Amino acid sequence: MPVITYRQALNNTLGEELARDPNVLLMGEEIGLFQGSYRITEGLLEEFGPRRVVDTPIAEEGFVGLAIGAAMLGLRPVVEIMTINFILVAIDQVVNHASKIHYMFGGQVRVPMVIRTPSGGTGQLGATHSQSFENWFAYCPGLKVVAPATPYDAKGLLRAAIRDDDPVIFIESLALYDTKGDVPEDDDYVVPIGVAEVKRQGTDVTVVSYSRMTAVAMQVAQRMEQEGISVEIVDLRSLRPLDRPTIIESVKKTNHAVVIAEDWYSYGITAEITATIQEEAFDYLDAPVQRVAGLEVPLPYAKDLSAATKPSANSLVYAIKKVLAGKK
Amino acid sequence: MAKAEEAVRESLEQEDVGTLRHYYYQMLLLRRFEERTSEMYVKAKIGGYCHLNLGEEATIVGLMAALTPDDYIFTNYREHGYILARGVEPGPIMAELFGKETGVSGGRGGSMHLFDEKAHFMGGYAIVGGQVPLAVGAAYALKYQGRPGVAVAQMGDATTNIGAFYESLNLAKLWKLPVLFFIVNNGYGMGTSVENGSSEPDLYKKGGSFRIHGERVDGTDVLAVRDAVRRLRQKAEQEGEPAILDITSFRFRGHSVIDADRYRDADAVRRGREAFDPVRNFGASLHDHGIADDAFLRETAERVDREVQEAIDFANGSPDPKFEDMYTFMYATPVPNIPGAEDAIREVRINRGEV
Repeated sequence: MPVITYRQALNNTLGEELARDPNVLLMGEEIGLFQGSYRITEGLLEEFGPRRVVDTPIAEEGFVGLAIGAAMLGLRPVVEIMTINFILVAIDQVVNHASKIHYMFGGQVRVPMVIRTPSGGTGQLGATHSQSFENWFAYCPGLKVVAPATPYDAKGLLRAAIRDDDPVIFIESLALYDTKGDVPEDDDYVVPIGVAEVKRQGTDVTVVSYSRMTAVAMQVAQRMEQEGISVEIVDLRSLRPLDRPTIIESVKKTNHAVVIAEDWYSYGITAEITATIQEEAFDYLDAPVQRVAGLEVPLPYAKDLSAATKPSANSLVYAIKKVLAGKK
Repeated sequence: MAKAEEAVRESLEQEDVGTLRHYYYQMLLLRRFEERTSEMYVKAKIGGYCHLNLGEEATIVGLMAALTPDDYIFTNYREHGYILARGVEPGPIMAELFGKETGVSGGRGGSMHLFDEKAHFMGGYAIVGGQVPLAVGAAYALKYQGRPGVAVAQMGDATTNIGAFYESLNLAKLWKLPVLFFIVNNGYGMGTSVENGSSEPDLYKKGGSFRIHGERVDGTDVLAVRDAVRRLRQKAEQEGEPAILDITSFRFRGHSVIDADRYRDADAVRRGREAFDPVRNFGASLHDHGIADDAFLRETAERVDREVQEAIDFANGSPDPKFEDMYTFMYATPVPNIPGAEDAIREVRINRGEV
C-alpha cells in the first residue's frame, strides 16, 4: 500500500471528487492561483479550471452563505476556511443557516456542503491564529463534524463528507499535513461519519482522542508499552454524531480513561467525553477520568510559552500514570 | 406617491383586465390573511413572533407578478404574503403558523420560516441579513448550471446596515450573478427609522461603490413595482447584472403583532394608513376606471373571506407533529449514532412528566 502524506490524501481526494461529480466545486481564499495557503488544493485550478476551483475575496460570511445557498440548489461546494479562527465571522451562516435549513423547513431542502479547515495551534501563531473551535460546531445539531487523524481517515472521511447530503465541518490540523500513512490506491473506500475507531488495542487504560492528539497518543502508547502499560486508543474521528458506544465499550474493558484534546479545558470536548463516561460506565471505573486539554489563555506568542499551553506527550504520560496510580 | 390621474388612466388602459383584477384579488387575499392571522395570534392559535405584511400588498404582488417559475425567492421573517402571492395554498401556510404537521414547513418552522420547494420559495429567515448571501448562492448555482432564472433577496430597510448585505453585493457584482436585492423600505427597522440607522437614507444608492445599479420604486403601486422588477430581472438574467430595488411603503402597524408602535406618532400613522393603503387605492382606481364594478369588488371580498376561513379551518383540523418525529428531519443522510424515533419517545416522555 502506498505511503502518502495527509496533505496528499486530501489533495487526491478533492481531485477525485471533482472528477467524479460535476456539481462538486471548491471555494475559498487563495485556493487557486496561490495553490492554497497550506497547499491542500495545489494543482487543482490547473486541472479543473476556475469554474470548479474558485478563489474568493476575503469575505467568509459572504462566501460561506453563498455556498449554502448554492448547495440548496444542488451544488456540492467544498469550502476551505484558511484556519478555523476565521470561521467566526461566518458563524451566523454556519450555525443559524447551514445547520438548520433541512430541519427548519421540514426536510424539503438539503445542504450538501463541506467546510474544511485546520484547527489548533502550531508554531508561534499567536492568540488569534491557534485556537480550537471544533466544539462550537460539534455543539450544533444539524451539523456533522469530523476530525481525521491519519491520511487513510482523511481520505475516507473527506469522501464521505463530500458525498453526504448534510453540512459537514471537516477539521484538519496544520501539524498533521506532513504526517504519513498507508492509503490504498484505486480503492473507493469511505470512512463512515459517526463511527469512532479503536486505533490501538490495549488492556490497562483507554485514551480517547481525535485529530492531532490521536497521533500524539499513538506515540505515547508505544512509549508506555516499554514500561509495561498497555494503552487502548479510541480515535473519535467524528465529533458529531459522537460514537458513544465505542468509547464506553473500551472503558468497560480497561476500567481507566484519559481524555485528551487540544481545545481549552472548560466546556471543551474533553468535558463532553468525560461526562459520557461517568454517565454510562461509572461502575466500571477504577479511578476518576483524567482530562488533558489546553491551558486557558489567549495563546501567547513567545516560543516556549506558546508550546507550553498545548497538551503534549508529556501531559498525556502524566495523566496515564495518574489514572493508573492505584492499579495493582 | 399617487400618480397623476392621466398617467394612471394610461397605465391601466394598457393592461389586461383579467390581470388587473387578479392583482386586486391577490392583494386583498394578503390583506385578509394577515388580518385574520393577527386575530388568530390574539386567540393564541399562533405562537412566537409574528410579523405582518399589512400595507405591503402592492410591493409583494408586484414582485411576484414579475417573476417566473424559474426564479428563486429568499425572504426575511415578514413573509406570509410572499409565499401566498407566489401561489402556495393558504391552508398549509396558515397550518404552519398554527404549528401543524400539514404546514408548509411541517410545523418545524413557524411564521418566520415558511418554505415551499416546488414554488421555489426558499424560505423566510429570521436572522437579519442571513438570507442575502443565500440568495446570492442560489444565483451562483443558476449561473453554474446554466439554468434560466434569477434569485431574489428580499429584505427590510434596516438589513442594508449589516455586513452580510455588503459582502453579498460585492460577490454578486464581482461574479456577475443574476440576483435582485429587493429592499422593502417601510421606513422603520423595528423602532429605528431609516434616517436614524443609515448614514445614507437613500437606500437605492447603497450599491454605488459596488457598481450596482439601484432604483427607488413606489411600493404602494403594484404596476410600478412589477414593471421595475420585470426590467431589472431581465437585465440580471440576461446580462448577469445584479440590481437594488428600494421599494417604499408605509408600515400599517408595529414591527410585529405584539409591538404597540409607541415610537411613531399616532396621528401620522392614521394619516399614513389613509393615504397609502395600496389595496383600497388600487380597488378604487380599478373601480373609477371601469375595470372593477361593485359586484366584482363585493365578490372578491367574499371570495377571500371564504378562502382565508377555509385556511383557518384547515389549520384547525390538522394534526400536530408527532413527538416520535422530533428528530425526523435532523439529517438528510442517516449515519450511525444519530438520534431516532425511539430516543425521541423516551426523552419526550421524561420531559412531559409521563414517567
